[in-house]
Amino acid sequence: MGQQHAWYEKQFESFERSLNGDSRTPVHKLRRSAITHFLSRGFPTTQEEEWRFTNVQPIASRTFIPSIGRPEARLTAGDIDRLAFPAVNRVVFVNGHVVPELSSTRLPQGVFAGSLAVARRNHASVIDRYLGASVRGTESAFTALNTSFLQDGLFVHVPDGVELEEPIVAVFIAAGASGGFAAHPRNLFVLDERASATVTEVYVTFGTSDYLTNAVTEVDLSPGARLEHHKVQSESRDAFHVGFTHVRQKTSSVFHSTSVTLGGSLVRNELISVLSGEWCECTMNGLSVGSGTQLLDNHTTIDHATPNGRSWEVYKAILDGSSKGIFNGKIFVRKDAQKTDAKQTNKTLLLSDSATIDTKPQLEIFADDVKCTHGATVGQLDEQQIFYLRSRGIGVDQARDLLTTAFGLEVIERVKNPSLRSYMERILRQRLHEERVRTAQ
Amino acid sequence: MLEIRDLHASINGNEILRGVNLRVNAGEVHAIMGPNGSGKSTLAAVLAGRDVYSVSRGTVTYEGKDLLEMDPEERARGGVFLAFQYPVEIPGVTNSYFLKTALNAIRKHRGLEELDAVDFLKLIRERMRLVDMEESFLHRPVNEGFSGGEKKRNEIFHMAVLEPKLAILDETDSGLDIDALRIVADGVNKLRRKDNATIVVTHYQRLLNYIIPDFVHVLVDGQVMRSGGKELALELEEKGYDWVKETPENVTT
Ligand SMILES: Nc1ncnc2c1ncn2[C@@H]1O[C@H](COP(=O)(O)OP(=O)(O)OP(=O)(O)O)[C@@H](O)[C@H]1O
Ligand SMILES: [Mg+2]
Repeated sequence: MGQQHAWYEKQFESFERSLNGDSRTPVHKLRRSAITHFLSRGFPTTQEEEWRFTNVQPIASRTFIPSIGRPEARLTAGDIDRLAFPAVNRVVFVNGHVVPELSSTRLPQGVFAGSLAVARRNHASVIDRYLGASVRGTESAFTALNTSFLQDGLFVHVPDGVELEEPIVAVFIAAGASGGFAAHPRNLFVLDERASATVTEVYVTFGTSDYLTNAVTEVDLSPGARLEHHKVQSESRDAFHVGFTHVRQKTSSVFHSTSVTLGGSLVRNELISVLSGEWCECTMNGLSVGSGTQLLDNHTTIDHATPNGRSWEVYKAILDGSSKGIFNGKIFVRKDAQKTDAKQTNKTLLLSDSATIDTKPQLEIFADDVKCTHGATVGQLDEQQIFYLRSRGIGVDQARDLLTTAFGLEVIERVKNPSLRSYMERILRQRLHEERVRTAQ
Repeated sequence: MLEIRDLHASINGNEILRGVNLRVNAGEVHAIMGPNGSGKSTLAAVLAGRDVYSVSRGTVTYEGKDLLEMDPEERARGGVFLAFQYPVEIPGVTNSYFLKTALNAIRKHRGLEELDAVDFLKLIRERMRLVDMEESFLHRPVNEGFSGGEKKRNEIFHMAVLEPKLAILDETDSGLDIDALRIVADGVNKLRRKDNATIVVTHYQRLLNYIIPDFVHVLVDGQVMRSGGKELALELEEKGYDWVKETPENVTT
């Protein structure tokens, strides 16, 4: 890392100085060990199997100044409605720091959903118990960097047996005219026994373009807990986005996730769920839309560690221009995980000759009584379908548009909450429409 | 309305249509029969504008215009409709969304206002009754998971909504049960008008008891080998296609 090494070390030191009383807390111990880990390890290179197709040089060769403290950003509730959507429970972050005056929630007693920095005052025991627990020791350079500069993010705690109706929506806005900064939001969702919630992370850009979002989300699901999770990333197409989500599932818990990736010039999403108790259900659905020179990388891992788990995974990509998609889907079925039922599907629609996808299903099965299937398809729009639409009077461009949208909607239709579903449908249509306008010019 | 002259069409270098002549006037029903592989679906697809076929010779004039010059969607907007022998499944697009898009594209072309959701629903409910189709089919993706017969019925439903001037029904009767056959035929008959025409491609004389043709043509090896009135279908039923092949008699109506 050379020069970068010294630069990051310095950044950390000055960050540390700004922390005052925080330096004796368990959280700060995490930060210190993370920066050591990061500095000794450095950014990954394409020599590493996990990063073979994704060259992070555009990030590693630069110095993105960690955003410390909340920056100035003149935003109104109306702006947030436009950037995301109205919601009863909405927590707004700018460059990783909560904006209390733009956030509001209406939650049952005992439930917390809001700023992690704020929650550290009254929920320290839960936070200290779970924060960093799932990544310690095995973290990648990006996760270590996130932990090093850990300050704020969305913290959700739902106690035993509480079922939340209204979704919790976290809007992460990157803002700041000058660019060149890094936001390191750190999220933690803890659902106690039989608790249930819907949590949506939305990543958007407001009046800036050249920056790094490096987000980490940790999820802990107690026995019988149910989480419907969404991650929608529609940032500037000049932004860098690295995201890491780690889920720990205990007995009979249900994790249902949808990841929608529309923006970013270089995007790497990693999603891991470890089914560490019996009778767990895990669903991972994903959709990426790429154009221009976007590189969109999705790595997923479903780790069946115990018997009777079920998992479903559908990841799709729509790639135009000379964009590049990467899908790596690992499914582990450990020796004890008998009667596992896992299904993985990966489908890519290539809209141009220079768009490419590297897809790698990776099933590693060590139990013998299991049902595991996977399938990957890569193709263009179906000529017969286009002709059928045209033969009914639909113009060729509209026919292509309709079929492309339908391909993407298949993922979004699985989102259970209707208002979130229609939001995702709207931004997908917008994104594809932009594309069509762009190609038509 | 439609005049086909000496039409030659091929696919992958194989000539399938080898000089087809056919003339269809407004108000008429024409039946096209012929052995498997004789080129009936090819003819239908060429008329609808499927570009995998290349036309090497001949002309097709539709309402005074060169049909072969037009894109498939232009033909459809101009009133040409093909009921597919094998209707295509469109996952993710509901039947009603599909029809609304198609109908509004056609209406726009004709200088009519687009239908709003209420008027559209009223119209399709009425047309569904014509083919005795259940409402649930509106909300299902086009043809996906439909049974063979349901797909065929859906084609006629599309036709009822889009109200074409020239409808080409490619073996719409195949795969229909007896009741469905009658319903579909009734639907076609109810949609018949003085100013539109229908070409029905079929293997079975039975359909022609319901949709009574003005002319019957026999297509063999890419040519119309014989044409006649509705009796010709009965004669074919009795004597088979060999009889036509043995006594060719090129007739143009
Ligand atoms: N892509 C292709 N390459 C080569 N030959 C083809 C191709 N498509 C169709 N054909 C041939 O064209 C001929 C005519 O086919 P067509 O579907 O028009 O017949 P048809 O009269 O409709 O038959 P059927 O009664 O069975 O529906 C057949 O011999 C078929 O094999
Ligand atoms: Mg045929």
